Amino acid sequence: MDTYAVNANPSLDPTLEQPTRDELLAMYGRMVLIRRVEERLGDDFTAGKLPQSVHLYVGQEACAVGVCARLEDGDWVASTHRGHGHYLARDGDVRGLFAEVFGRRDGICRGMGGSPHVADFSKGIIGANAVVGGGIGIATGAALAAQMQDRGRVAVCFFGDGAAAQGWLGEALNIAALWRLPLVLVCENNGFAEFMPTATVTAGSIASRAAGYGVPGVAVDGNDLIEVWQAAGPAVARARAGQGPTLLELRTYRTRAHTESESGFLSRPYRTVEEVEDWRTRDPLPRVRDRLSAAGVRDDELDTIDAEARRLAAEASAFAETNPWPDPSVVYGLMFHDQEP
Amino acid sequence: MARRRLMHALNDALVEEMERDERVILFGEDVEISMFGDTKGLRERFGPRRVRDTPISEGILTGMAVGAAAAGQRVVVHMFMANFLYTGFDGIANQAAKLRFMTGGQVRLPITFMVLYGGGRALGAQHADTPFPMLVNLGGINVVAPTNAADTKGLLKTAIRGDNPTVFFEPGGRGGEFGEVPDGDHLVPFGRAAIVRGGGDATVVAVGSMMKPALQAADVLERTYGVAVDLIDPRTLVPLDEDAILASVARTGRLVVVDESRDRCSFASHVAAVVGDRGFASLRAPMKRVTVPNVALPYAPPAEKPLIPNPERIVAAVLETLGRAPLATP
Repeated sequence: MDTYAVNANPSLDPTLEQPTRDELLAMYGRMVLIRRVEERLGDDFTAGKLPQSVHLYVGQEACAVGVCARLEDGDWVASTHRGHGHYLARDGDVRGLFAEVFGRRDGICRGMGGSPHVADFSKGIIGANAVVGGGIGIATGAALAAQMQDRGRVAVCFFGDGAAAQGWLGEALNIAALWRLPLVLVCENNGFAEFMPTATVTAGSIASRAAGYGVPGVAVDGNDLIEVWQAAGPAVARARAGQGPTLLELRTYRTRAHTESESGFLSRPYRTVEEVEDWRTRDPLPRVRDRLSAAGVRDDELDTIDAEARRLAAEASAFAETNPWPDPSVVYGLMFHDQEP
Repeated sequence: MARRRLMHALNDALVEEMERDERVILFGEDVEISMFGDTKGLRERFGPRRVRDTPISEGILTGMAVGAAAAGQRVVVHMFMANFLYTGFDGIANQAAKLRFMTGGQVRLPITFMVLYGGGRALGAQHADTPFPMLVNLGGINVVAPTNAADTKGLLKTAIRGDNPTVFFEPGGRGGEFGEVPDGDHLVPFGRAAIVRGGGDATVVAVGSMMKPALQAADVLERTYGVAVDLIDPRTLVPLDEDAILASVARTGRLVVVDESRDRCSFASHVAAVVGDRGFASLRAPMKRVTVPNVALPYAPPAEKPLIPNPERIVAAVLETLGRAPLATP
């Protein structure tokens, strides 16, 4: 663990706390589900079944799952255009997700949001932003509401390394530190801001930005579920205890495309095959599987988890494909509550 | 009835709504000191949790308003000068105006963005804009521009109590003006124009701060030219009471819109478009817009003053719709 905190709270001391076997198994199940759902959606896009390209979470599963395993019902999560994983990590509805990505009537946002805006308030997803960094203000505001309501809720904001270049991150760190808001800022540094390698557009380290605000900033291996979980635990606990925000930088890698359609328009490669292959050797899923095997979970149990995830994804895809389109007139009833647009 | 300054009516509305509903919170830059007076005394009264000075971070304040509202608060965020809406526009245009829509209607967003707008006071180009058009165009934001103390109070209370995002435009330089404010829980509904005068010779629609020069123009028109105008205050730009405007134009056949937006795509242009679409058959003369030219507002008072719609320009526009010319001024 790589800790940049200059003003570290003792609660952020990297503990050696370990998830129980059942906790690990549950997290593994979520990660596998995300992987199989994303692969299936990639296939559905290739097959021409989706209205638009999708931004898939493959390779980053440990980030959403390790953080969200630390949350409770009622906590808020601001998500991104690469947000299917966050939703599923919050126990999202697989059918509703597929229907939304297919743009259909029974999608969680009635087909109005689509893949980049997968939000479900019943699961605490307070919006998914295709404005890079657009969720930072929303999560900070949700943290303010949580503080006002005093029920121990926390707000988590997922954003990418690209969003760390928006001014909102500094503004959020400043306000959340001043007001000790129950906020956890989670940067998923996946190596690219769209197609731009992070190093070409990001100076210094992202986690270390927190230090200037007196906020703990912690960078961990985002492909290591246990490390993510260990870092998220104290950050969430600190927020819940009213001690203020934490910035987590989860160093991971997007092994699939920025957007599934990219091979159709890229004029040149933006990374090497070797780089992608190298990161595939650090795939977060086998690392957890190996750990479970070492803990005595049988291969057939683990295979069953995988088969069940594939089945759920296939079933949800078939559901979405036959689900009706939304009635186009629905748009006129959604801009305002109880008011003509 | 009570005689109140416009700024005090604003303050009264905030006090009453914060008393009424403890979910109402207010934050913004210098809301404690309150340079304008509209938020004065609120921190003392409601405490530092509900009333907060923020850093000068307009970029995130708007997004925070959306998050706090989505998570159950009723949010009043003071954006100070209307020009700072530009700085914080993502939270308004991409978030507040769209979050309900994008989520298929899952969320209500009770947010009131308060701003002071308008020129004529040598504030310079970055403190004097009237950015109605960009807000009216968003679709998901109510836009409110009161002209007097009573409506200021009633409309602000409606905004805070409502379940939709609203940008509330405080008329700059009018805060000290007195008006009669009804007693009790005075609410003014959105989407209902006020007929300030009923004359019948021409229709004048005057928005926000422009009501004052429009009233002065109406007096001159009546006294000097024997022309009596219908003077309409739309009060809310979104939703817009199109029917009230169309009904008046149906009688008068003539329309002048007075608006402090810059001319191109001004709110006045929209009103003219609506009347062109739905009231063309009633028109007996080309419609006139009295607006700010397509320039920034300068600091030097003699350069700024003629850019803001004034009674002389309004009188000339009304007379033009009647095929008449102003008398030469000595």
